Amino acid sequence: MGQPRVIIVGAGPAGVRAAETIVAAGLTPIVIDEGQRAGGQIYRRQPENFRRPYKDLYGTDSDRAKAVHDGFDALRDHIDYRAETLVWNIADGHVWTASGTAQDALAYDALILCTGATDRLMPMAGWDLPGTYSMGGAQVALKAQAVSIGSQVVFLGTGPLLYLVASQYIKAGAKVAAVLDTSRFTARITALPDLLSLPSVLWNGIMLTRAIKAVGVPLLTGVTPVAISGDAQTGVTGVTVRLSDGSDRHFAADAVAMGYHLRPETQLADLARCSFAFDELTRQYLPVRDPDGRAEAPTPLYLAGDGARVLGARSAEASGRLAALAALSDLGMPVDQGAMIMLRREVGRYGRFARGLAKAFPWPHQQAAALADDTILCRCECVTVGDVRRTMDVTGAAEANRAKAFSRVGMGRCQGRYCGHAAAEVIAAHGDFPVADAGRLRGQAPVKPLPIAIGEAE
Amino acid sequence: MSQARFVRLAEKDRPAIHLTIDGIRVRAMQGDTLMIAMLTTGGTLRQSEFTDGKRAGFCLMGACQDCWVWTESGHRLRACSTLAEDGMSVTTSQPGASWANHG
Ligand SMILES: Cc1cc2nc3c(=O)[nH]c(=O)nc-3n(C[C@H](O)[C@H](O)[C@H](O)COP(=O)(O)OP(=O)(O)OC[C@H]3O[C@@H](n4cnc5c(N)ncnc54)[C@H](O)[C@@H]3O)c2cc1C
Ligand code: FES
Repeated sequence: MGQPRVIIVGAGPAGVRAAETIVAAGLTPIVIDEGQRAGGQIYRRQPENFRRPYKDLYGTDSDRAKAVHDGFDALRDHIDYRAETLVWNIADGHVWTASGTAQDALAYDALILCTGATDRLMPMAGWDLPGTYSMGGAQVALKAQAVSIGSQVVFLGTGPLLYLVASQYIKAGAKVAAVLDTSRFTARITALPDLLSLPSVLWNGIMLTRAIKAVGVPLLTGVTPVAISGDAQTGVTGVTVRLSDGSDRHFAADAVAMGYHLRPETQLADLARCSFAFDELTRQYLPVRDPDGRAEAPTPLYLAGDGARVLGARSAEASGRLAALAALSDLGMPVDQGAMIMLRREVGRYGRFARGLAKAFPWPHQQAAALADDTILCRCECVTVGDVRRTMDVTGAAEANRAKAFSRVGMGRCQGRYCGHAAAEVIAAHGDFPVADAGRLRGQAPVKPLPIAIGEAE
Repeated sequence: MSQARFVRLAEKDRPAIHLTIDGIRVRAMQGDTLMIAMLTTGGTLRQSEFTDGKRAGFCLMGACQDCWVWTESGHRLRACSTLAEDGMSVTTSQPGASWANHG
């Protein structure tokens, strides 16, 4: 028998550290990533002909970014690295990949999913207008391509990325019209005990807020989004929010970056038939795994990084290592138990900090009930909030997958990545039951559209 | 073509490349994605097939599929994750498609 085959999906901080751990045990893992260059989201690399130094790109995280990139580069000769390759399905104990028009199906003895996160979105009137981007997207524009999404940008939403990306824009010389947070400032005080579990990260966050205020950019907390205004052809012209005193305030802008923290990319875990459980604090279904990352699934499946639960980049590195050690141990290989104990402790600390973030920057679920019927819920197919409510009234559908079948919400090209959580809140609010009872949209293969040539060959 | 949407903040001294978008020749830079090339010279990427509005992408990370454009032979490209290359020619509506849902 040859050596066991370990497959790692994702080459962000979690995937890189998992691969390193597998290589250190003498195995050659297959590492698959959709991107052109390894690094994942936070440590996304710019194209090779760009010249900006690490400090400009990654700020206080530049040493960590360099360590992850160097770590990966050192692994290149010891792993089977498949860049620009999409994992589009997991079925029958195989990982199904597509790269250009080439396809493959790979059996595995251990599968470690490090798929990362995408922005969590709450719809609002006008979010389908050209010029509206996800918070992460606004950051990608700057980090990977050195552009601003507009000549006057409003940052709207909540969570650490709101402040981080806005301050990165300011530092890069972009014009920021306003930073508008739906969370109240008092929530941060309630969250303080948990946030103090990582004082340096908390301090960095406070410094970002100061930097935004120092340059005179309006920074408002406790706002309620009212509408993005503009023209369907030419795009965004401004953003209106309601302040905590009940008055409305309009900011002129030609671009909006919006996001309410992040949500894990769990479609592959779902296809691998991992169990899911509802998380009350963040109001979403998350894959079930033990503290080491072992998933509750029929095949040897491990989950690490923000793709399992959003705990941030540092935790991603630790949980990637831990999941790889768990996989090695299950394969009957010797592992350093002491290291596992340390890593578990570390991941636990990040878990506490993430709990603080969830309290400080809560998902504004109450907005769903207040959305007007004509607000677009699904940007892909322009299904409105009213369409879903009417579907429920007519068919009695009171569960996300049934509502999806009848109204097409979540059936568009993004597979509900950007409307799924909000749709569940709309359904729960309209039916007047807990959001956990609205269920969740299932991951479906292909997790992203395949190149047409492959799709047709099917 | 409408006004440029994206604003270049740095890395402005890269070699120029030229692309054709809906028959119009535009100038971009080596290392640009197709999306950046298109939105530093125009305001939108494509026509929405469900409304009369235009779209200009959303996530920039290959997750939303809002940034589809087409080569002249009808091959679909995701503008945010496709490198722009000198001499490339793209269209912002699917060649041969009839907009059944449009309007
Ligand atoms: C756009 C964006 C920007 C962010 N910026 C910051 C930041 O500045 N600071 C911060 O602290 N946190 C940031 N985060 C949070 C971020 O999730 C974590 O900090 C960190 O990147 C998580 O690491 P990871 O290894 O779990 O996932 P990621 O770094 O996201 O890596 C996941 C990798 O998996 C690949 N992948 C996913 N699915 C597939 C598939 N089906 N097939 C093939 N490959 C796949 C992706 O291409 C990606 O390279 C950001 C998140 C997003 C989404
Ligand atoms: S902008 Fe979302 S996939 Fe390209």
